[in-house]
Amino acid sequence: MGTLRARAGYALLAAVPLAVIALFFLYPVGGMLARGFWVDGSFAPGQVVPVFERSIVQRALWFTLWSAAAGTAGSVLLGVPVAWVLHRLRFPGRDLLRALTMVPFVLPTVVVGVAFRQLLVSSGPLGFLHLDGTAAAIVAALVFFNVSVVVRTVGSFWAGLDPRQGQAAAALGATPLQVFRTVTLPALLPGIVSAASVVFLFCATAFGVVLVMGGLRYANIETEIYQLTTQELDLTGAAALSVLQVAVITVLLLLSARAHRDTPPVTRTADLLRRPGRRHLPAFGWTLLVLVFLMAPIVELVVASLRTADGWGLGNYRALGTTGERDALLVPALVGLRNSFEIALGAAALALSLGTLVAFLVSRRPRRAAARRVVGVFDAVFMLPLGVSAVTLGFGFLITLDRPPIDLRTSPALIPIAQAMVALPLVVRTVAPVLRSIDPRQRQAAASLGAGPVRVLLAVDLPTAWRALLAATGFAFAVSLGEFGATSFLARSDNPTLPVVIYQLIARPGEQNFGMAMAASVILAAATALVMLVVERLRVGSMGAF
Amino acid sequence: MAEQPALSLIGVTVRFPSPAPGKRGETVAVDDVSLDLPAGHVLAVLGPSGCGKSTLLRVIAGLEEPDAGRVCHDGRDLLHVPAHRRGFALMFQDGQLFPHQSVARNVGYPLRLRRRPRKAIDSRVEELLALVGLPSYGDRMPATLSGGERQRVALARALAVDPSLLLLDEPLSALDRGLRERLAGDLREILARAGTTAILVTHDQDEAFAVADRMAVMRDGRLVQHGTVADVWAHPRDPWTALFLGYANVVTGPAAAALRRTTDAAASGTSLALRRSALRVDASGPLAARVLAARVTPEQIRLRLDVDGVGVVDGVAQPHEDVPVGAPVRVVMDPSRTAELTPP
Repeated sequence: MGTLRARAGYALLAAVPLAVIALFFLYPVGGMLARGFWVDGSFAPGQVVPVFERSIVQRALWFTLWSAAAGTAGSVLLGVPVAWVLHRLRFPGRDLLRALTMVPFVLPTVVVGVAFRQLLVSSGPLGFLHLDGTAAAIVAALVFFNVSVVVRTVGSFWAGLDPRQGQAAAALGATPLQVFRTVTLPALLPGIVSAASVVFLFCATAFGVVLVMGGLRYANIETEIYQLTTQELDLTGAAALSVLQVAVITVLLLLSARAHRDTPPVTRTADLLRRPGRRHLPAFGWTLLVLVFLMAPIVELVVASLRTADGWGLGNYRALGTTGERDALLVPALVGLRNSFEIALGAAALALSLGTLVAFLVSRRPRRAAARRVVGVFDAVFMLPLGVSAVTLGFGFLITLDRPPIDLRTSPALIPIAQAMVALPLVVRTVAPVLRSIDPRQRQAAASLGAGPVRVLLAVDLPTAWRALLAATGFAFAVSLGEFGATSFLARSDNPTLPVVIYQLIARPGEQNFGMAMAASVILAAATALVMLVVERLRVGSMGAF
Repeated sequence: MAEQPALSLIGVTVRFPSPAPGKRGETVAVDDVSLDLPAGHVLAVLGPSGCGKSTLLRVIAGLEEPDAGRVCHDGRDLLHVPAHRRGFALMFQDGQLFPHQSVARNVGYPLRLRRRPRKAIDSRVEELLALVGLPSYGDRMPATLSGGERQRVALARALAVDPSLLLLDEPLSALDRGLRERLAGDLREILARAGTTAILVTHDQDEAFAVADRMAVMRDGRLVQHGTVADVWAHPRDPWTALFLGYANVVTGPAAAALRRTTDAAASGTSLALRRSALRVDASGPLAARVLAARVTPEQIRLRLDVDGVGVVDGVAQPHEDVPVGAPVRVVMDPSRTAELTPP
């Protein structure tokens, strides 16, 4: 009887997040796709094929593939040595460096696009490179975003490797390079593959960066979907590209899941961290270079925000209380800031409550194979938002949630819900590994001592997981603050979020507007960085790792 | 065998930052250890966990840099020689086989590093697997092996390139008792047959006695005593060492004198380490005692005795003897089961 009741309980728990994701993710995305397949009320999938024959679509496809591949390769190349330094050595200031590498990942994409352009324009500090408006600049920005994913994922993997394996090899006569090639790399490979597949996913669905930096020359599938839906109103074309994207992403997620499955449970060996010595200098030098690369655009943002028409000063910040030059905005920029905070709070709360439920459920290890498969599918469903274009999601919201059965057109909950969907996989990925790492025998011990299911949760799971829960909240909050893809569809001009304000400001002419965009970007970056610094203090290894 | 030492440690010291979080300061893991090991011998470094013996082994292997002192091998200072150029081999407690490689590839690993021809590698691997008693295991993956088999494979891998020094870090501790005893005998035989100079680190005196011919006892980072196994066993340096080596009691002063006078009237009063069976119940024994506790084991009755003029010590009786708790008995000392403490 007990197991029957337990099963019913699990089913009930699973029903809540499933209902939410069905309503606010599958339904809008499905609606968006359906719009493309049903032309004038009749099912016409054949309409989709010619879309792929357009040269502009083929160019976008090709650009998506190679820019994502290059961005992934760059992130792995830059990130792996840094992962080693930040997760395998013990030195003062390490936590600060870890937090700093994490900041780019949560920076609003629009801000990053603007910051890179600031660095690279012919009058900028790196103008001599003549990279402004090139594909190389876009790839660099993609790398900028995703290095932290590699550092986190590979780093937490590396931290779990037993160093004695490499030492055994060294003692048998292997040079450091041979140790890396024959022992460390094979053990690390699942982590690298996992990181690379997620980074590829992020690069292939990058939106804000490509939109701001690509101009008219470069578009990827994501910006192409945006163009098709908003500028050309070609829903068939947009749906075709969305379907393609979902298909590719599903394959990638499956590959990533496979890499996860092949990894043995890691044992933490934190006490074996080494003090750095002189022979670690090259790795430290590399880490320093990467940090310079990660910090340069941010520093450039700060500098640009302080540059006003009449010399250096805080004029741009003061101007945030206005609507900008020639009324570029409908409301003062500060309204956007307030909106962003309110919305991010709501989104984080929603993502946390749903994500915790999901993480709890996917961290169970049922004994029956069928039940395990159900858990696996359940897990995969909640990873989908990671890969489905935020643009698709935003547009789907716009066209499906504006009439019965659900009319949220004017509801203030619309944007928080959309952002919560985007942040949900990140929360699950942060909390689930921590819950999974709890030895089930601890729960059994508590139960055998007379603790009911709730007491077990409070006594065993919560003390281990509270840091992860807190970290996930901060992470979700930071991601929501900077969310642009979905929000750009849903935020109205008279009630925008800060990233939308920034995009509106840089789209309008005027030095003052540009300065305000910079100042708003700095505030946004500072807020997200602050949240990440606090969260980093919680030392949750799974955060930002995939 | 020439007595030219193969390995010399001179004043080796290793300090670690204090493990307590937020606290500054250092703990000394290895404190001024000096030691010589002649070629062809097997040395057991014995000590309780946390005494610094594993750190000492890692220093010799080149995995840890000493804060002071020198490690010399064949007269060569190894200070700036990295682990992979020392020509040693290290075998960990849990083997540390590479899980992604088959048994044969694991054993052949050091040979491939040295770019030996494939044919030579194959035949050497076969030879080594036969040596450790695992012929035809070449294609198995480490995950499919038992703990004992894994340690044998790790041993074969460590022996593959005839290391000039074999370092063994608690090689048998992870195994269950029966297997440990069997493998200890095998290990001794394999090392003797290969003529390997080896250092074995362990907290288990039985393992040390079973495998090594020389012994060094460590405590709190310091080397307490070293010499041949027989010598250390016969002359423990202090009570702590005697008890750690497996003696049941140490008696000192007048008590020791009282015991020694039962065998040698002229004996002086140095401290005496007693094995459990040093005192035996014997109706004609010279000492009077009272039984405090008795426990029956298959081979003998283990007693706790209050011996007149000596105090509370352990003793034994034959299984058929009647020794109820509280009863007065006579006991005799077997001097071959005692050792004289010999301070430096």
